[in-house]
Amino acid sequence: MNDTKKAYILNTISVILLFILLHLMLTGGMFTRRWQSVVILLCINVILAVSLNLTTGVLGQIALGHAGFMSIGAYTAALITKKYMADFSATDQVPLGIYVIALIIGGLIAAFVGLIVGLPALRLRGDYLAIVTLGFAEIIRVIIEYLDFTGGAQGLRGINKMTNLYVIVAITLVVIFLMFTLGRSRQGRAIISIREDEIAAESSGINTIYYKTLAFVVSAFFAGIAGGIYAHSMGILTAKTFGFMKSVEILIFVVLGGSGSFTGSIVAAILLTVLPEVLREFADYRMLVYSILLVVMMIFKPSGIFGRYEFSLVNTPKDIKRYFAKRTQKKKGAVQDDNNTES
Amino acid sequence: MTTILKASDLGISFGGLKAVSGFNLTLETNDLVGLIGPNGAGKTTVFNLLTGVYQPTEGAIELEGHSIMGKTPHHLVKLGIARTFQNIRLFKEITVLDNVKIAFDHQMKTSLLSSMFRLPGFWKEEKSIETKAIELLKVFNLEKYRYYSAGNLPYGQQRKLEIARALATDPKVLLLDEPAAGMNHTETHELMDTIRFIRDRFNIAILLIEHDMQLVTGICEKITVLDYGKIIAHGLPQEVINNPNVIRVYLGDDD
Repeated sequence: MNDTKKAYILNTISVILLFILLHLMLTGGMFTRRWQSVVILLCINVILAVSLNLTTGVLGQIALGHAGFMSIGAYTAALITKKYMADFSATDQVPLGIYVIALIIGGLIAAFVGLIVGLPALRLRGDYLAIVTLGFAEIIRVIIEYLDFTGGAQGLRGINKMTNLYVIVAITLVVIFLMFTLGRSRQGRAIISIREDEIAAESSGINTIYYKTLAFVVSAFFAGIAGGIYAHSMGILTAKTFGFMKSVEILIFVVLGGSGSFTGSIVAAILLTVLPEVLREFADYRMLVYSILLVVMMIFKPSGIFGRYEFSLVNTPKDIKRYFAKRTQKKKGAVQDDNNTES
Repeated sequence: MTTILKASDLGISFGGLKAVSGFNLTLETNDLVGLIGPNGAGKTTVFNLLTGVYQPTEGAIELEGHSIMGKTPHHLVKLGIARTFQNIRLFKEITVLDNVKIAFDHQMKTSLLSSMFRLPGFWKEEKSIETKAIELLKVFNLEKYRYYSAGNLPYGQQRKLEIARALATDPKVLLLDEPAAGMNHTETHELMDTIRFIRDRFNIAILLIEHDMQLVTGICEKITVLDYGKIIAHGLPQEVINNPNVIRVYLGDDD
């Protein structure tokens, strides 16, 4: 309990510091417009990565249609704010309350679709979810292009923009918080137990179908939220953006960071969003670099950068200390062994 | 003495193969019954029938007088049937403590939102479950390993942890599938004491599959012998091991 309280205090302090830093950078003019949009994209990718990590990393089911849920959230939220702005508002600034409500409704609809898609696939043991979600994302894309009210193939235009960095960073932090708390609760434990051994989980009283669906639905919900943020940062939506490559990109965040580790997903999402921006000249080679990175990763550290390790302000310093203590001990041990052989 | 678990005329066929047929069993409170038989006799199949992994094609199972046919395994755990596995099935990469906590899940009420937003109810229940889990680990002398990954425990301790996890579900009947497999003589003896102790402390009925005759005759009050899916003997240990049918099955015919 003591450590938990300490963690909460430390985390709150660091969040406040982060916002002060953000504020200073924004008012100090250190953020160009381009970097502001990079930070928004980064937040979107972080939300996508942690939400997929719940399904792929924590539950252990591969899902290849995360962009599909993102698109549902994006279109729903965009249509809601568009409707609201057209009917009730004179300015082109979306009120914060409406924005958040639109995001949540977008998330809920994505979650509902997740339930319909996930339930039949998750009733079975095995990797059926990968196939089902792969097909689902493509179907959604085609449907969006076919329908009229989504703007069809031309895309949905004139979405009111919402690019307030404070709000978007705050939402991202809340999502990360919720993911960590979910991971360390009875629901999180139950979901992990299914990854570890589905049969044993079932015979420990875990309703595996319920928890599998729960994880997938929550995952779809947050993908929908990310979609809503994306819609309002871009101002225009086309169904093509949410193609198979987008789903794969999200999966890469998770696998590269270490599936099962939220820390890993966050770090990988940040790295893979910022790096292409810094190395813009090589933007064409992005997917190539991703693939090479993945191959190298699979060879040298198949569990991803972080494996299943989670960063925490309380435990990580201890872990680092312990790691170095062990290393020096090992070195000492090696020296002693040398002495022994000599004598 | 009240009857807890009753199987009557239980049978299952896989295609044309009758894996188990005409299986009868009655377990009463504080019973300690052994289920033995040569390899492939259908012992584990019986376990899978009793725990809802397989649905019987004939016969009936009753738990405290109510039929439990057609129920899923996790539902049966809730009703009070817990089991362990022949080849240990722990959640290897998570801590010993969490392994036990998972088995408490169906007794917990915290909702998803309460967990995610860390409402007061979450802390309260989490604390009480932690205490319960540690108490249970203490019974098995495992509390010092509580933060170890379950997969890093020595073999004997893993067996114990699996039993502890099964007990955490608060069962009325405990089914142990070869608890002494891979254990040496001393470990087996220690296990015998543990099993007896569990039965007395938790007041449950225990049914165990075992190959180690010393263990079976040492602690079981009744023994059922299976061969080719059929019961060939049932009774007190001394009767059973002197039964000519049993001897024939285990040692072969005279000719």
